[in-house]
Amino acid sequence: MSKEETRHEPPKGRGPMAVGEKAKDFKGSIRRLFKEVGKFKGIMLVAIILSIISAILMIYAPNKLTELTDEITKGLFPNSQVDFSTLNRITLFLVTLYVTSALAGYIQSLIMATASNKFAMRLRKQISDKINKLPLSYFDKNRSGDTLSRVTNDVDTIAQGMNQSLAGLVSNVVMLFGTLIMMFVTNVLLALTAVGASIIGFIGVSLILKKSQKHFKARQVELGKLNSHIEEAYSGLNVVKLYNAKDDSKKEFDKLNKRVKEENFKSQFLSGIMMPLMNFIGNFGYVAVCIVGALLTMNGSITFGVIVAFMSYVRMFTNPLSQIAQSFTSLQSSAAASERVFEFLDEKEMEDESNITTEIKESKGHIEFDNVEFTYDGNDKPTITGFSAVAKKGQKVAIVGPTGAGKTTIVNLLMKFYNINGGDIKIDGKSIFDIKRDNVHRLFTMVLQDTWLFEGTIKENIIYNRKGITDEEVVDVCKKIGLDYFIRTLPNGYDSMLSDNETLSIGQKQLLTIARAMLDKTPFLILDEATSNVDTRTEELVQKAMDKLSKDKTSFIIAHRLSTIKNADLILVMNKGNIIEQGNHGELMNQKGFYYDLYNSQFEL
Amino acid sequence: MIRIFSNLKLKDWLLILVIIGLIYAQVWLDLKMPDYMSEITKLVQTEGSQMNDIISNGGMMLLCAFLSLLDAVVVGFCTALLSANLSMNIRERLFNKVENLSMAEVKKFSTSSLITRTTNDITQIQMFAAMGLQLLIKAPLMSVLAILKILDKNMEWTILTGVAVGILLLTVIILTLIVIPKFKVVQKLTDKLNGVTRENINGIRVIRAFNAEDYQENKFNDVNEDLTKKQLFNQRTFSVLMPVMNLVLFGLTLAIYYVGAVIINDAAIGEKVGIFGDMIVFSSYAMQVIASFLMLAFIFMILPRASVSANRINEVLYSKNMIKPGNLKKNKNNEEGTVEFKNVFFKYPDGDEDLLRDISFKINKGETFAIIGSTGSGKSSIINLIPRLYDATGGEILVDGVNVKEYDEEYLNDKIGFVTQKAVLFNGTVESNVMYGKKRMSKDKIKEAIKVAQAKDFVESMDKSYESHIASGGTNISGGQKQRLSIARAIANNPEIYIFDDSFSALDYRTDSNLRKELKKYTKNATTIIVAQRIGTIMNADKILVIDEGKIAGLGTHKELLKTCDVYKQIALSQLTEEELFNE
Repeated sequence: MSKEETRHEPPKGRGPMAVGEKAKDFKGSIRRLFKEVGKFKGIMLVAIILSIISAILMIYAPNKLTELTDEITKGLFPNSQVDFSTLNRITLFLVTLYVTSALAGYIQSLIMATASNKFAMRLRKQISDKINKLPLSYFDKNRSGDTLSRVTNDVDTIAQGMNQSLAGLVSNVVMLFGTLIMMFVTNVLLALTAVGASIIGFIGVSLILKKSQKHFKARQVELGKLNSHIEEAYSGLNVVKLYNAKDDSKKEFDKLNKRVKEENFKSQFLSGIMMPLMNFIGNFGYVAVCIVGALLTMNGSITFGVIVAFMSYVRMFTNPLSQIAQSFTSLQSSAAASERVFEFLDEKEMEDESNITTEIKESKGHIEFDNVEFTYDGNDKPTITGFSAVAKKGQKVAIVGPTGAGKTTIVNLLMKFYNINGGDIKIDGKSIFDIKRDNVHRLFTMVLQDTWLFEGTIKENIIYNRKGITDEEVVDVCKKIGLDYFIRTLPNGYDSMLSDNETLSIGQKQLLTIARAMLDKTPFLILDEATSNVDTRTEELVQKAMDKLSKDKTSFIIAHRLSTIKNADLILVMNKGNIIEQGNHGELMNQKGFYYDLYNSQFEL
Repeated sequence: MIRIFSNLKLKDWLLILVIIGLIYAQVWLDLKMPDYMSEITKLVQTEGSQMNDIISNGGMMLLCAFLSLLDAVVVGFCTALLSANLSMNIRERLFNKVENLSMAEVKKFSTSSLITRTTNDITQIQMFAAMGLQLLIKAPLMSVLAILKILDKNMEWTILTGVAVGILLLTVIILTLIVIPKFKVVQKLTDKLNGVTRENINGIRVIRAFNAEDYQENKFNDVNEDLTKKQLFNQRTFSVLMPVMNLVLFGLTLAIYYVGAVIINDAAIGEKVGIFGDMIVFSSYAMQVIASFLMLAFIFMILPRASVSANRINEVLYSKNMIKPGNLKKNKNNEEGTVEFKNVFFKYPDGDEDLLRDISFKINKGETFAIIGSTGSGKSSIINLIPRLYDATGGEILVDGVNVKEYDEEYLNDKIGFVTQKAVLFNGTVESNVMYGKKRMSKDKIKEAIKVAQAKDFVESMDKSYESHIASGGTNISGGQKQRLSIARAIANNPEIYIFDDSFSALDYRTDSNLRKELKKYTKNATTIIVAQRIGTIMNADKILVIDEGKIAGLGTHKELLKTCDVYKQIALSQLTEEELFNE
């Protein structure tokens, strides 16, 4: 966060995916989602066929059940017996039917679980890979929390939606049309009764659905606001306490909390009505069928078995309808989530460098800045203008200047993190445009002010991704910068875990990152405020070690503390994106200019 | 889990009583319907029934259904109200508790974990209350009532239903037993996945500089595959549930009919129609029984997650406050602006070794007191003890001659203007950040504070000047700018004692020096305590305290220390040449 230049305010990242959130382009994202799922087409097709089979079997079953009850009813008449051979046949048939359907359903859901999880895994991997292909400017503009929520929340929403709705949707549609057909085949009048009763109910349901959607969205928005307040209050808790702002903070919290409650209540209530309403529709259809059925039976136009079958049909008809409605809401949130994932995957990547064939293996350690111009994306003013300087092999080059002068930007350009807009940077006379990024990175060792450590042991953090580094080398480096003693006092020494709430000071973290960098044997070295939180005595120790290490290295050092850079071969004094003075300490002091003033200000009170 | 419900107020308990009553009525109505159904069935079967009877029975059934719907809507209203209230109350209690935790406890829980506890975990509880509570009441009521209705009907059918319920419960229990331990692992792996991604984004420059993209990708893939494997296992296991449920449901109907057929066959002629009607009714009651057990099963599926969350919340709610505020709200001894340490010892609650050992010094009104020492020597710990961010483990700390433990918290904080090492800014405007914690403050005062903090130029060049928006955490301004605004906040507070915890590190020398000059002019009488790394920042202080490995290594002025204190001399020499040091 302590990047030097003032940045444009990043756009507010969208919070975690809301349930029921609407996609901007529902059809487009669904189409894209289906395209991406394409890889699993084969087994998905099997799953869909299975779910169709299972649905058809379930529709067929009530028909057989009718035969069964009809058989029993025959036994009701005086002097007649239930025909058990027919009954057994029907029962056996039904058992087979139920078991087959269950098996098909089981295999289907196994397949869907596998496909959706594998798909989710692939999406997560794609996102993770994408992170490494994006230009840094993307991360300047977007919050990391937003990207994180895409990897976890959004991908989960997609997977869940796939798992639940996709196969469910198919089987429910089959069920719906199947029952409709069966109903009309069995008895047109009863079918019309059942359908009519259901449709009346569904109009009500869809009205509620529409209304609750609004509140679900509002709830998500309010929850997002509340969460940011909590995050802010907790992470700045010491300041909240010290400035007696607990009451203020609490008041704001109460206000937001109350609003969340309101929306919570409304959305919960409206969505809670759904189930009872569905039940009522079921019962309503049931009674309607019974009454009309009874009428027909008394006329003698249908058997009692038909009514029993219809009772099942009514249930079967209303069930898939409500499930389809639910599938659509979950599909809708899947669409919104996939939109966010695809949006990220479609972000512009860094330029392709496969056409660059030259490679610098052994560098001579010579760098030239030639009239470099650079403007950050979205900024109007250039951050660097007409920057020209030469660093020769083995030189220690210091860059100094007030906050916002563009010092860190120079480092970013040197590392090819950003592409320059004008001029050129030449490494051994070769334009930086003609060198691959990873080639540039191989030439440089870089230590930044922002310490970056990961969850792992101290040793793992120091060795990082390099192979063939022995424990002795690690200990040796730590000894050189005076870190060895501290590490040994830790309970597990070099194998101590660094985790979220460890107690390393910022200075100690900086030393660890320095140790990590010192294992690299590269021709160039960049230290960007690398020791700003280390005390000056330790810094001296570090510097001596560095000097020994960088005898033949060309190094660039940025520091606020002028004592750090006094012995540099070349000091570049920057102001407003430009070099205003250059020379060594003595020369610059004699000039009695900007540097002289800066240097002497440290003795004033 | 149960403890979390102690957050319900009397009003809520009354609401629960109402809900129980309503649900009882609803279940009664639901179970009344099959009676009418069987009546209708009988009427249809019997020759010469009146159409009117069928319609009136149908009408009654529909009435029951409608009343049940109304009842359900009211129940839905009550539970929605209850769950929304419950989550609001718990969240409020938790927030309150966290704001009053000592920093040592915050450190123990870790800030990010406290945030998820207040947001995510409470959402889990709310979901459980919204869905689970209704089912929790309904399921037992329904099963008991439904069982009572069928108990005297027929032994064979009852046994069949019992077997079905048994199979169902067994399946659910086995599944839950298999899945629950894995479930916790999945939760952890999700955290880890998040962690690796966050690490990747935060360290993007370092990763690229080290060409370590593949290393990070491998790390991510490991977690990703692990997570997928575990999740797949869970979902595959749960895939059994639905087919088994369907099988039991349909199988039971079939079994009841088949057994019914046998019974009817053996029955006397006159009883046959009655048994047939009973059979239809029984099968529909049996469905209700099964459904209620399925509800219970559902509760068991969402319970583990909610109970994990409840435990995490309770952990915070019932942690004991380590720092007890006093109640003194006035100056006892007519002293002002003094700070004194008497033989102070300090260690972190979970630490083995004392971080500070036997620290004693006194700062008088209006003095500038500097603390210097190497990384990790305990400088910050010393000043954190003054406003009681932590409490000393030995000795005592006096402000204005009174032990800090005696003061009322707000009263003590008002005496102190503390600027933290890491600048903290809040979502709002420049103004709202400077007047943070104060109800009102004049514009002039805010401007003045900003001017003294050397922030006037950059604030006035922002698009809306003093009303410019500051993003949460101050992410839209630079490190040095953040520090200056947080210094302005302390100045606007008008404290007796200023404390700067290495608060000038992101400023260049020029700004640093101007700021201190202006500050001195502005706060002639205030006591100033400065922790710093730069000799230049502190060399003109009235007293300098040199800390080394938690102990006092020297105390005196710059000149004195150069002569007497070896550690100080080393620090000084590491920054300035001998010539520069002694020429002053």
